[in-house]
Amino acid sequence: MTLLRRGEYHAFDADGAPYVYLVPSAGVFRLDDASVAVLDALGDQDLEPNELVRTLSDRFPASDLRATVEDLLNVRALRLVDRPVEAPVASPPRKRIPLTTLVLNVTSKCNLACTYCYEYGEDRIVEASRKPRFMNEETARQSVDFMFAESGESPVVHLTFFGGETLLNFKVLKSALAYAQDRAATLGKTVDTSLTTNATLLREEIVDWIVENDVGVTVSMDGGREQQDRFRVFNNGMGSYDVVLPNIRMLLERHRRRPVGARVTLTKQNLDVESIYRHLRDELGFWEVGFAPVTTSWQRDYAIQEDGFEEMLSQFQRLAQEFLHYALAGKHHGFSNVRDTLEEIHKGMSKAYPCGAGIGLMGVATDGDVALCHRFAGSDSHKIGSVTEGVDRSKQEDFLMKHHIANKTDCSTCWARPLCAGGCYHEAHTRYGSSERPNLHYCEWIRRWTDTCLQVYGTLAERRPEYLAQFDA
Amino acid sequence: MRHLTPINKKARHIAESTEQDVVALQGGPLATPSGPHIPLGCTFVFSPGWETDASGGTAGLCQPVERDLFDCHLTCFWPAHVPDLYNYAPDWTGKCASAQKDWRKIDLIFP
Repeated sequence: MTLLRRGEYHAFDADGAPYVYLVPSAGVFRLDDASVAVLDALGDQDLEPNELVRTLSDRFPASDLRATVEDLLNVRALRLVDRPVEAPVASPPRKRIPLTTLVLNVTSKCNLACTYCYEYGEDRIVEASRKPRFMNEETARQSVDFMFAESGESPVVHLTFFGGETLLNFKVLKSALAYAQDRAATLGKTVDTSLTTNATLLREEIVDWIVENDVGVTVSMDGGREQQDRFRVFNNGMGSYDVVLPNIRMLLERHRRRPVGARVTLTKQNLDVESIYRHLRDELGFWEVGFAPVTTSWQRDYAIQEDGFEEMLSQFQRLAQEFLHYALAGKHHGFSNVRDTLEEIHKGMSKAYPCGAGIGLMGVATDGDVALCHRFAGSDSHKIGSVTEGVDRSKQEDFLMKHHIANKTDCSTCWARPLCAGGCYHEAHTRYGSSERPNLHYCEWIRRWTDTCLQVYGTLAERRPEYLAQFDA
Repeated sequence: MRHLTPINKKARHIAESTEQDVVALQGGPLATPSGPHIPLGCTFVFSPGWETDASGGTAGLCQPVERDLFDCHLTCFWPAHVPDLYNYAPDWTGKCASAQKDWRKIDLIFP
């Protein structure tokens, strides 16, 4: 006898209407009354279709119920018990995915000494002392050549400068970008450039270069004076707020062609997301503000503990509501965490890997070693090649096999896995000593945050679908 | 699809693909030809699953071999020889949630 069972999905309400987020397909469907009734009637039990129809026959015509069951089976919100669910098999991409983003760690040196820094702090994985402190011009040029060689058919490549403090090596930035533009013109490609900086060294000459070359800028900054100076300090312990403030004002005033974003590190001591957002967006004028909890092992003084995650979530949710009101009114809101997730939901991304590291994105260390991403650049155990010798395909394939979502047993029952896929490799490495592990310390947080974003998404889809059209490209 | 409304791009894609699914050959040709549909049975569409997959490559063959049991006995034109799951042995695969991992739990059946 064929029995019906509920498939894998997450049910949520948005703007008063019921929806399902299907797993693992990542399809979002709105349900009608009959489909809600069918899913509710099934609950956690298995039912024979006729029995299910009988149970609900006083509320819906039998033909309607059968059609509903068929629809739900088709999208796999329901399944037949005697059809086993196919176990996912780890299979790396069949076709080679071109490299579209190359992050150059142009220096491992920094003029700040932020307490929580993963490059220098207690949780560092790269022994910077064994590598050159600065990338030289030749390695930077070789990196650019490597980038174009690995970019395949991709018409646009993204070159990102990172550090250490990126601007400590401004000379190499200038020559590398000039060389990249030259190569791009020869190859008929476009190079899009961005950099991340702590803004302490921004001066007229550098801003001129940024504006002239249309460089995207992200400023690492933690909020107002008190928030910034808690951890973002110079070697002598002096806070950096008063140094960066005039520089940021100058940058925001002069660099109008591309949105400038702020990137905030949240810690146990700095969790007031709303006030940080107000300061950076409303008072300073950043176009958008992205937040991420500090990457650290759990026992550090600044590590966010469970009650901190709870606090962070409620603040994220309040800002997400504000984001929704702005979007419904057709206005820009700068809380980039919501926007990024909405785009992924809209496209229905179902990820085999949490990010593009080691696939479409790679990081280059100061000596030209290529690693999974900028956070691993310089770590010998995460090296997958070098800019002169290219990518070691067997290492890359090995990485792709080991990190596939199908090999993360803990994720196999989680409905948020199409979007999360286990989370940041570097975070996992710092917490658990292995990039292969899923980040179990924030699972519940991710599920509740994804649920919030799904509600925002459903409401926008219902009331202002034109807002979501921007993600169609 | 009358009872579900696709909202995001993936959902629209799913809804379209279910509408174009192959249901029966006597239904006549589809308005738009769809790609090969593997569960129809590999021998039936003259694309033997042991040599090439639906796209003509080799990455999607009938692997792992344990999967054949289900892919073939439920849907295939040339079914795998399994106990009568409808009348005599309905729970035969009850302990086998995933053929790839649990195939050892499928036991012999003696009538």
